[in-house]
Amino acid sequence: MAETIVIVGAGQAAASFISRHTRLGSEAELHLIGEEPVPPYQRPPLSKNYLLGELERDRLFIRPPQWYAEQGITIDFGTRVESIERDTKQIRTQNGDIIAYDKLLLCTGSTARKLPASLGGDLPGVFTLRSLADVDTMAPEFRAGRKLLILGGGYIGLEAAASARKLGLNVTLLEMAERILQRVAAPETSDFIRKLHQSNGVEIRESAGMKQLCQSDGRVSGAEMEDGEEIPADLVLVGIGASANTELAEQAGLDCDNGIPVNNICQTCDPDIYAAGDCTSFIRNGRRVRLESVQNAVDQGNLVAQVLSGTDLQYDALPWFWSDQYDCKLQIAGLSTGYTSTVVRPGATHISQSTWYYADDRLIAVDAMNDTSAYAFGRKIIAADKHPSPEEVADPNTDLKALANELISELENPDPKL
Amino acid sequence: MANITWKMEDGSEISADVNDGLNLMEAATSNNVPNIEGECGGCLSCATCHVFVDQDWFAKTGEIDDIEDTMLDMTDVERRDNSRLSCQITASPELEGLVLYVPEP
Ligand SMILES: Cc1cc2nc3c(=O)[nH]c(=O)nc-3n(C[C@H](O)[C@H](O)[C@H](O)COP(=O)(O)OP(=O)(O)OC[C@H]3O[C@@H](n4cnc5c(N)ncnc54)[C@H](O)[C@@H]3O)c2cc1C
Ligand code: FES
Repeated sequence: MAETIVIVGAGQAAASFISRHTRLGSEAELHLIGEEPVPPYQRPPLSKNYLLGELERDRLFIRPPQWYAEQGITIDFGTRVESIERDTKQIRTQNGDIIAYDKLLLCTGSTARKLPASLGGDLPGVFTLRSLADVDTMAPEFRAGRKLLILGGGYIGLEAAASARKLGLNVTLLEMAERILQRVAAPETSDFIRKLHQSNGVEIRESAGMKQLCQSDGRVSGAEMEDGEEIPADLVLVGIGASANTELAEQAGLDCDNGIPVNNICQTCDPDIYAAGDCTSFIRNGRRVRLESVQNAVDQGNLVAQVLSGTDLQYDALPWFWSDQYDCKLQIAGLSTGYTSTVVRPGATHISQSTWYYADDRLIAVDAMNDTSAYAFGRKIIAADKHPSPEEVADPNTDLKALANELISELENPDPKL
Repeated sequence: MANITWKMEDGSEISADVNDGLNLMEAATSNNVPNIEGECGGCLSCATCHVFVDQDWFAKTGEIDDIEDTMLDMTDVERRDNSRLSCQITASPELEGLVLYVPEP
């Protein structure tokens, strides 16, 4: 009998796994179970053009809704998986259905962190942004002239700020840390993005100590700061990060710590259980990391499909990421975690620039703002494990394409020993 | 609407009627064209929507801007003179009968 592969969570990673799996023509039967009532969709537009009303809902879906059944996949959308029983290799859904698996793939993603109810996190008018349903609920509230308060200066908060400005809202953004993007980027990138938002009329407050949200008539009315100041707001968006959905794995006895730990083939400590996407953590450059990106979800989903069909592979894809804010295209190649120094390369115009991250003398990541060539050639150079000097990349006269080609042709020169 | 054909290296092909305004990466993924991933959703950050355009049609698919031109330098299969990122081609009646070749890594 054909093997059954059960996939829990119907998001980006699951869609990628299924696409590759079906293309490989594997015999195994797939059963996809997802808590959201809709087939897998792209989340990036949620804070960008979908929030702006510029992208129709249908265009969010990664595959047409009928595609899954057409591929012979059993689907259960709108169904939460409640538990995994590893000894009998079964899962139990919220409806009490029991489904047996030969292999299990966890693609449970992550959940937006909420502000605790004791601080006003549950008040009407307070939103988080993770799902299509979240945006569909909040979008009607994004009306010109209203005051939006955003808590958290990460990518999602900043993208929502940009969308809200375009829609004519007044936006204030509070960041607890010293600077926006502190967790993910160097000060040079934060400075650039801060200026971008300020010039578009967003009030950004960093090192902002908020005490709690305040209410009037049963709805959020603003935030009370530690120094007693009150910032008025008609609506509040909480963008204070996301946590990996590990409950299911933990309950099944898989040790989790900021993600479900997987090895270099996305296998958990149970050899029949794999995991992919936002919910995983894995070793990269000697550190355990957890990524929240389309790249990681797609590449890990892809890899699991290949591994399960017998291909000998290891996960070593180069991380990349993008974020669109106003007319600024931010593109990131590599992973800056653990950097020891940075160098800034000026772009061709005053609105373009790139930050290059080094760990000692190794180039590990690039943040490119309106500078696709820094992104594209930076990505090529990093992927080839080449390390141009900081002086070279910082010099605006260095032609990055030529530099990449030169460094990479060194790599491709045939080794006489082979 | 335009009828678009994608030709694969193994000789197989897929044709579909594509509504005006959709880009041809979306059209490809919704018609299960293999090897067109469209990971970034069409925002010029992934180059996974690379196609070769039939020479006779190339001019009709529109201009390549600087960003697309740069991103074409990082496709999996090396770019050629008739390379495009298909997320940057928008379906319109003028493209009726367009043929795209899908590179295979
Ligand atoms: C607003 C927003 C903007 C973003 N912008 C970008 C961007 O510009 N670039 C980028 O690279 N990335 C971006 N991301 C991140 C990217 O969307 C995620 O990294 C990606 O969706 C992760 O895919 P995944 O499959 O791991 O998880 P998800 O796509 O989140 O899918 C997980 C699914 O599992 C379901 N699930 C969880 N637990 C269970 C259970 N017990 N039973 C059944 N189902 C369950 C969830 O309901 C969910 O549908 C953005 C994310 C958001 C929210
Ligand atoms: S879909 Fe990413 S560049 Fe076309």
